Amino acid sequence: MSGIPERPAGSGGEAASGSRRRFLATLAVTLGALGAAIAAFPPLGLVLEPVFRRPRVAWRPVGRIGAFALGETVRVSFENSGVLPWDGVSARTGAWLRRVGEREFIAFSLNCTHLGCPVTWQPGANLFMCPCHGGVYDSDGKVAGGPPPRPLSRYAVRIRGDQVEIESERIPIG
Amino acid sequence: MKLLLAIWKWFDERSGIGAIVVPLASHLVPSGSRWWYVFGSATLFAFLVQVVTGIALATIYVPSTAHAYASLRYLSEVAPLGAWVRGMHYFGASAMIVFVGAHMTRVFLMASYKYPREVNWLSGVGLLALTLGMGFTGQLLRWDQNAVWSTVVGASQAARMPLLGPWLVRVVLSGATIGDATLSHFFVLHVFVLPLLIAGLVGLHLHLVLRNGISEPPSAGRPVDPASYRASYDAMLAREGVPFWPHAAWRDVTFGVLVVAGIAVLGLLIGAPALDRPPDPSLAQATPRPDWYLLWYFAVLALLPHAAEDYVMVLAPLLVGLLLLSPPFLSNRGERSMRRRPWAPLLVLFALTCIGVLWRAGARERWMPDFAALPLTTESVGERSGQLPAGAAVFNTKGCLYCHAVSGRGGTRGPDLTDVGRRLSRDQIVVRILNGGPNMPAYANNLAPQQLDTLVVFLESRSRP
Repeated sequence: MSGIPERPAGSGGEAASGSRRRFLATLAVTLGALGAAIAAFPPLGLVLEPVFRRPRVAWRPVGRIGAFALGETVRVSFENSGVLPWDGVSARTGAWLRRVGEREFIAFSLNCTHLGCPVTWQPGANLFMCPCHGGVYDSDGKVAGGPPPRPLSRYAVRIRGDQVEIESERIPIG
Repeated sequence: MKLLLAIWKWFDERSGIGAIVVPLASHLVPSGSRWWYVFGSATLFAFLVQVVTGIALATIYVPSTAHAYASLRYLSEVAPLGAWVRGMHYFGASAMIVFVGAHMTRVFLMASYKYPREVNWLSGVGLLALTLGMGFTGQLLRWDQNAVWSTVVGASQAARMPLLGPWLVRVVLSGATIGDATLSHFFVLHVFVLPLLIAGLVGLHLHLVLRNGISEPPSAGRPVDPASYRASYDAMLAREGVPFWPHAAWRDVTFGVLVVAGIAVLGLLIGAPALDRPPDPSLAQATPRPDWYLLWYFAVLALLPHAAEDYVMVLAPLLVGLLLLSPPFLSNRGERSMRRRPWAPLLVLFALTCIGVLWRAGARERWMPDFAALPLTTESVGERSGQLPAGAAVFNTKGCLYCHAVSGRGGTRGPDLTDVGRRLSRDQIVVRILNGGPNMPAYANNLAPQQLDTLVVFLESRSRP
């Protein structure tokens, strides 16, 4: 279909043309692969860098100690670690925070260990319940029923001055 | 007209386009190829609608987590024709999935995947996977509450992979947490990478259709033999073939235009799914669910025996992929007619039934606790004072109501308890409440003795009149 005339094989061909052709073909393929690698490496690195970046750890304030009543479980929201100025709503995540002592807190992950859906604390029932597939956890986060394979994850909590802080590193799934 | 012809001649003499296109248009196809053969081109027509509407949507949509939702709201509510174009994009996607399925079913039933069309089939399976990938990434680009949490659900499935799990989570989210990179990477996949791969595979697929010819309608007693198939196919074409253009193409065009018109009408009248509430990864009010074409898999994940989950989430997609790729390797010769392959229609029927049943289950979502269930009323309880209303109050506040219905109020996750007093004895009711069950929490440490007593009295009194 292409109108390019082909030189008949062997015409003008010296005896050495076989090895010369092989050499030139190898050279072209090798150079081509090298060129492709040079062009591809920086962009691929840029795309994959977030995957390999070591997550940063950041302590995020969620409120003053006095704001939390003893024994109560409330939802708090805080900033992820390593946020960018244009993250918008995605900069924030949440946790269920319970004050269990004068200066003692537990922070449960929002994410159900089954498929990551957000669990809600049901104060009347004293249970965490997941809306997706009916996973249920007791007040300690232990699995009480349904499909979750593991207890609810917890965040580390510390107190700095009169501020309660939660350790934010990565999304607590898997 | 004369001028146009002169321009074309000038261009064609220099480009040789005519020499490429004319043989493509006039190549012979089997004369018996009728309406069964239009589903592949219908998928292509729908894909072209996606390209055009997608480009238009991208002129307004902002792929940033800070602005995506607002730009989509603007697109759906303010921009002239915006809602229509979004609706077309949604129904174009739906049409692609429907016709990929129809095309694949037709090819399987007629065993068109046999020699020499094995690679046609394999590239088609690749296109199916890419189409589903476009559907999933497209749903996430809405970046409403549903989309944000669907991303988390997707990442949680990846997390089940042994060894690679934590790393795969970071691949899905493009980082350790949900952030702007998550959305922009999905945007790049949806708008650049997957469409390019689709275009490439469609090119290969079409090239193979031309190279190997459209499979002739099968007839029993004419098995495929790789040694002689091409010669007998060519002889058949020479005997009874007709030029593709226009003898076969008119059907493709007619059906394709109907599909495009259908997409436009549905997009205008029904439109794209309404946006969920604004995204907020810190807000626990969310019930992520996939669009209709993945609802059946949503049901699989909900209804699985819990012990099998790790295996199914990791292995099932792999296994389904291998299963779809296998037909040309299992049998690329022999009979093509359904009459000699009675298991083929049965298999299709079985697959469609499975998907249909799961799809229905997915649409009803009976496994979801109903947090919005209305509390039991005096009317449904039957008495105004005494132990019954007290027991009903326990039923309301302790969360029983989210999963169990009484007289039409409450969830469907657990058994309906309207007539539990007839089915279970007092002891059975007590044992179940205290110990729970596979899907029910044990209430032994969660109820005061008095609460338990009134709750049991209430449940015992439940018997349908």
